[in-house]
Amino acid sequence: MEPQTFGRTDPALTIAGKSFGSRLILGTGGAANHAQLAEAITASGTELVTVALRRVDPNASGSVLDVIEKCGVDILPNTAGCFTAEQAVRTARLAREAFATDWIKLEVIGDEDTLLPDPVELLEAAEILVREGFTVLPYTSDDPILARRLEETGCAAVMPLAAPIGTGLGVRNPHNLALICEHANVPVICDAGIGTASDAALAMELGCSAVLLATAVTRAADPALMAAAMRDAVNAGRAARLAGRIPKRHLAKASSTFEGMADL
Amino acid sequence: MKIELNGEAREGIATVAEAIAAVTEARRGIAAAVNGEVVPRSEWDRPLTDGDAVEVLTATQGG
Repeated sequence: MEPQTFGRTDPALTIAGKSFGSRLILGTGGAANHAQLAEAITASGTELVTVALRRVDPNASGSVLDVIEKCGVDILPNTAGCFTAEQAVRTARLAREAFATDWIKLEVIGDEDTLLPDPVELLEAAEILVREGFTVLPYTSDDPILARRLEETGCAAVMPLAAPIGTGLGVRNPHNLALICEHANVPVICDAGIGTASDAALAMELGCSAVLLATAVTRAADPALMAAAMRDAVNAGRAARLAGRIPKRHLAKASSTFEGMADL
Repeated sequence: MKIELNGEAREGIATVAEAIAAVTEARRGIAAAVNGEVVPRSEWDRPLTDGDAVEVLTATQGG
């Protein structure tokens, strides 16, 4: 889905040399079934979706891989559920073996209540995986310094959260997100905490290159319709960013001139 | 020989390939680890030893 940029130049989102026509990345977690997931993927216009790596369920009917293949989108495995660098590195190596891709959404969480990233373990895992030739996309807190450290480590993108995973609270710290975007030389992908379309639009307006979301779509009452809303929101936010918003003002500024007012 | 396969005690499984076959018919999108270390596809005929912990993993829905 091409953004509505009316012929203005907007280079495609490019991560590690690969270009994407969509600036929305969809997580597959939380979908009620494969048919609903396929419909949401199609409606979102995404070209990249995440999956987790788990023990084979001998009783499972069908695979999420079939859905992904049918939709013709690329796969981004994650290390969800890992608490240590060692766990995450091992999971990434297994994902590379399973899916024949060097790309990994690196997720190392600190505890189950917040699911917030553990910055120390995250940075260590990123260093190891970059050294091993992975294309590392780290899920990180909205800390500009940590984002910089991850970029310096050689990560292909940085993925700061809007809010904790699954909360749908939207962008909690727009100032930090804007700072990260301002200084990054790799794509900044807002990952986690998006609740509705305006949250995704705001992330893009703040300068993010893309948005990654799952729950907001998969657990919406109508996932496909929310996926379409997110597609439009990301495109709208991107266009608004490129267009250059007006500065915020304390007092009103008339858009109709006072010159030539009739003497009534 | 006793091994642990995806967290369950199992007997009569001699190689990584046999362990995979014991839980799934799929080969695409599958990865195996023995004692935490990934076993490349090309080495799936590797024999197991008593007490090995084998993990056979695949894609599942996840953010």
